[in-house]
Amino acid sequence: MDQPIVQIRELSKVYQHGDIEVVALNGISLDIGRGEFVALMGPSGSGKSTLLHIIAGIDRPSNGRCVVEGTDVGDLSETELAAWRKQHVGFVFQTFNLIPVLTAFENVELPLLLTGLSARERRDHVEAALELVGLADRMRHLPRQLSGGQEQRVAIARALVTDPTLLVADEPTGNLDAHSAADVLALLQTLNRDAGKTVVMVTHDPKAAAHARRMVHLEKGELLNGG
Amino acid sequence: MAIPIKYNLRNLRVRWRSTIATALGIALTVAVFVMVMALARGLKATYVNTGDARNLLVMRKGSTAESSSQIERSKVLRFKYHDEIARNERGDPVVSPEIIVLIQLDRIGGGNANVLVRGIGPIGLELRPNVKLIEGRLFQPGLAECIVSRKIASRFAHCRVGETFRAGKRTWRVAGVFDATKTTYESEIWTDADEVREAFSRSFYGSVLLRPKDAAAGEALIKRLEANKDLFVRVLPESEYYKEQTKNAGPIQFMGGFLAVIMSIGAAFAAMNTMYAAVGARTREIGTLRVLGFRRRDIYLSFLLEAVLLALVGGALGCLASLPINGMATGTMSWTTFSEVAFEFRITGELLAKGLAFAVVMGVLGGLLPARVAARKPVLDALRSA
Ligand SMILES: Nc1ncnc2c1ncn2[C@@H]1O[C@H](COP(=O)(O)OP(=O)(O)OP(=O)(O)O)[C@@H](O)[C@H]1O
Ligand SMILES: [Mg+2]
Repeated sequence: MDQPIVQIRELSKVYQHGDIEVVALNGISLDIGRGEFVALMGPSGSGKSTLLHIIAGIDRPSNGRCVVEGTDVGDLSETELAAWRKQHVGFVFQTFNLIPVLTAFENVELPLLLTGLSARERRDHVEAALELVGLADRMRHLPRQLSGGQEQRVAIARALVTDPTLLVADEPTGNLDAHSAADVLALLQTLNRDAGKTVVMVTHDPKAAAHARRMVHLEKGELLNGG
Repeated sequence: MAIPIKYNLRNLRVRWRSTIATALGIALTVAVFVMVMALARGLKATYVNTGDARNLLVMRKGSTAESSSQIERSKVLRFKYHDEIARNERGDPVVSPEIIVLIQLDRIGGGNANVLVRGIGPIGLELRPNVKLIEGRLFQPGLAECIVSRKIASRFAHCRVGETFRAGKRTWRVAGVFDATKTTYESEIWTDADEVREAFSRSFYGSVLLRPKDAAAGEALIKRLEANKDLFVRVLPESEYYKEQTKNAGPIQFMGGFLAVIMSIGAAFAAMNTMYAAVGARTREIGTLRVLGFRRRDIYLSFLLEAVLLALVGGALGCLASLPINGMATGTMSWTTFSEVAFEFRITGELLAKGLAFAVVMGVLGGLLPARVAARKPVLDALRSA
């Protein structure tokens, strides 16, 4: 197997709440290989989101290292991290987080505005991404004109469009009905299997997790059975 | 500009109620600013238009205004026939000894106001070719006749041709109406200087307006008259004199500027309020944009830009609202003559640009802090917000 894309070593995250310390993650070590589809599972409060945020470069470890494709994310400054994120991470939120005033096309185009691509190239990429999630015919629609499942697929297109190293999703089906959830999971699976995307997905739904190739269980900030 | 402007424009449109409310505040401020400046400009332009660069004005040394100058009749005779002075077809020197006095006249529709009466020499009209009789005829010296400007004829009682009014020791008959559009003469009544002196018991003239043969003669004459210690006069081109009088617009400009600044503080706070609300409502969007890779600076600029766009909407509305007063006539008190000066509001493209710039300043002031708050939000906190 290749060098893992994500190498986590002795990672801890402690939140300071006044005098109280909340240990969200406690000495986690985990490797994620290229092309994997990992489901992060565990009860509420077990630290799943925290771990995902650190992998995605939107939170920093208190201790230990999280190396993604050779870069220790904890070493980067705010600005470097922003640049790193746009290149390496596509983030899918539980609540979709599309920009309400922008159309599906414009939402997907957003991350491309940070690249040097021409308007034409951007359009080609956006159209390809929307095609991939099956929403090429909804490009001009605003988020409120889409169903939840469609919104999440647009969000996935937005996460994909820059062709990031990692696709990370925090409970992507948490706000969806069973049918839409199945669509989204099937889409993530396809992206993983056919497009070779590395996917890390947080979920506490075993049915959702079943779409992944590997499950990692967290409990009280620690990995069960070594990951 | 990483975050596209349409994002801001559409947000402004989506929350159109608050956009309009805030923009109206800015619009009002800009309108007041533009109107007051248009007023000051109109007033200045009126003064500037009045002076003729070919004429020289002789006043007593130390006087800054015609109204405070005195020149004895004997002194006028000592320079009236100087070679440097032009002659008209009849061979008379083009010299008009003049005097101004203030009288009170009743306005049509009630109230009264100070009006400036200018006594001029027989040649006074030749020195002011822009002033034209449009009704009746010229006053005849010795008959207590006068001519009034069109504006006076229309604004004051008993000022139509053939009507009479009392002032000083005399009852004056209006012989004609003149048009002196866009000059301060438009607010004056003219009659014979010697009759004015007599009717108002003055032994002096106030000033002397004259026309030198040419520019070189004019310069020579200025030197010659000012060098004469006995005459004790100050001589300057008439255009210069009226340029000096533009300082009359100063108080208006100051008051208007002051008012606009006070209002702009209110409008900037309103903009700030709106932008804080926008930042609050869009906190999660801000978090999302940051996750996508937009930097703090991008967020900052985007919200600042939004505040500026909001202000520009207001600025444009304010400019539009002020446009109808362009060319509108009004009057104000002159601080040197204490009479009313009629003039027109003057809105120029440059003034509108200044109005918009003023709006931008309000937008920037209103947007700075909210944009900073938006940019400083930690990504995760922003994402967690409802
Ligand atoms: N900003 C914070 N400040 C303090 N404590 C925090 C903060 N964020 C998370 N925590 C705590 O860290 C722990 C892990 O939180 P996390 O959000 O990672 O859990 P989770 O597994 O994603 O739970 P859920 O399934 O409910 O989303 C929790 O005890 C939580 O209260
Ligand atoms: Mg969570």
